[in-house]
Amino acid sequence: MSSLRLTTRLYLLQRLTAAIMAPLILVHIALIFYATHDGLTAAEILDRTRGSTLWFGFYQLFVISAAIHGAIGLRSVAKDWVTPRPAALHTVMWLSGLALLLLGTRAVIAVIAPGAH
Amino acid sequence: MALSQTGHRRNALWTAAFIHRISGVLLALFLPFHFLVLGLALEGEGALGGFLKWTDSPMVKLAEAGLVFLLAVHLLGGIRVLALENLRWREAYKSAAMIAIAISLGLGAVFLFQVI
Amino acid sequence: MPARKSVLNVNVWRGRADGDYQSFDVPRQDNQTVLDVVTYIQRHLDPTLSYRFACRVGVCGSCAMTVNGRPRWTCRTHVSRVMTGGDRLEIGPLGNLPVIKDLAADMRPFFDKWQRAGGKFEASTDRHKPMAAIAPDSPKRAAASKAIECINCGICYAACDSVRWNPDYLGPAALNRAWTLQNDERDAGHAARLRAVAADGGCHSCHSHQSCEAHCPANLNPTESIVGLKRMTVQAYIRGELEAEVE
Repeated sequence: MSSLRLTTRLYLLQRLTAAIMAPLILVHIALIFYATHDGLTAAEILDRTRGSTLWFGFYQLFVISAAIHGAIGLRSVAKDWVTPRPAALHTVMWLSGLALLLLGTRAVIAVIAPGAH
Repeated sequence: MALSQTGHRRNALWTAAFIHRISGVLLALFLPFHFLVLGLALEGEGALGGFLKWTDSPMVKLAEAGLVFLLAVHLLGGIRVLALENLRWREAYKSAAMIAIAISLGLGAVFLFQVI
Repeated sequence: MPARKSVLNVNVWRGRADGDYQSFDVPRQDNQTVLDVVTYIQRHLDPTLSYRFACRVGVCGSCAMTVNGRPRWTCRTHVSRVMTGGDRLEIGPLGNLPVIKDLAADMRPFFDKWQRAGGKFEASTDRHKPMAAIAPDSPKRAAASKAIECINCGICYAACDSVRWNPDYLGPAALNRAWTLQNDERDAGHAARLRAVAADGGCHSCHSHQSCEAHCPANLNPTESIVGLKRMTVQAYIRGELEAEVE
């Protein structure tokens, strides 16, 4: 892919995933405060999230967006502060993106899939 | 002695942009751990619950408050950038950066008080 | 309030990038500018000091240097303004550019990038055709007029960390100029210029630090111009108009 389509595409994806995550994060922060305010235990938290399609959709969307956003962000930081080499930047981006996506999806399944154990 | 040419950084907006970048990097580094911890639920509530007990120490609570700050400051700073790039230009973008940091510090502090 | 000292201690950069600061004592005057200080040193203390200036009144931009770490027009920088707390003044060449000697920086990379960003007006007609009827208050003309007063002094370029971190970043001034031309309806080079600013090292390398805006002595806002370019590239991308470069 030509460099100008790539840079524009990365820029666009970065902004889009940011816009998608903004409302998701507000909900997530509200959740954090709610859970810690009530001093919920792990069992109680899992009880409320398990088997819920809504929460699954919510958090899977969050994970996918975060993986893309984080990967592109880390690529920018690497480009500014570590190396300008395209191949290295490509590797940083794909490795971090895939790691976040895989670990994140596993976490979503762990917390939401019904009776996973 | 080297050339001194970084005085331009003594400016609030630069600091805001720097905090935005650092918070992003730290969050990206923190996320895998967060996912791994949540993944403990795969082994049953006992595993996750046991881990969460370990997080009862004040040091960990402080770190968690720090994470809440990072998340909030990155979110609010990011919203400022989205506004700046998509809405009509306003002078208020400068003070918005400072307000974002202040709110985030507030959220972190509130969280800390809640869990300590 | 302590009496102001009658002598200024000034550290001036000597040599090339591997040089060092040299200390001079300069008599302090009322309403003294940093350019006055540099001129005094060269005329009375050390004739081998190299520096640039021209108009002395803040319209040409030639005297831009780094003063106490920040890029400024030295002819418009009063010593009393920058001597906050302490009587030390530190003067160096403009940042983010190769140093030729002492206070003279090599402006060639700055102007090369100006060209690479498509800073040249491309004529679409000739003198025999009627003049283009552009309303001065049309949105595009207003956008161009807002950014057009740039005199290429290089201060925004010196203040930009994205330039510092990315050697191929075109920089605020070049992109600001590109923006004015993209808004000029008479210009015929829009497509090629858009490709130039969308490429690696183009407008997407800007992280909106706004250091350019904070330091521009002409009160221009390159960040806003770059935001405009980002929007143009995204719209072109979505419409499939951003053609791939010819390899």
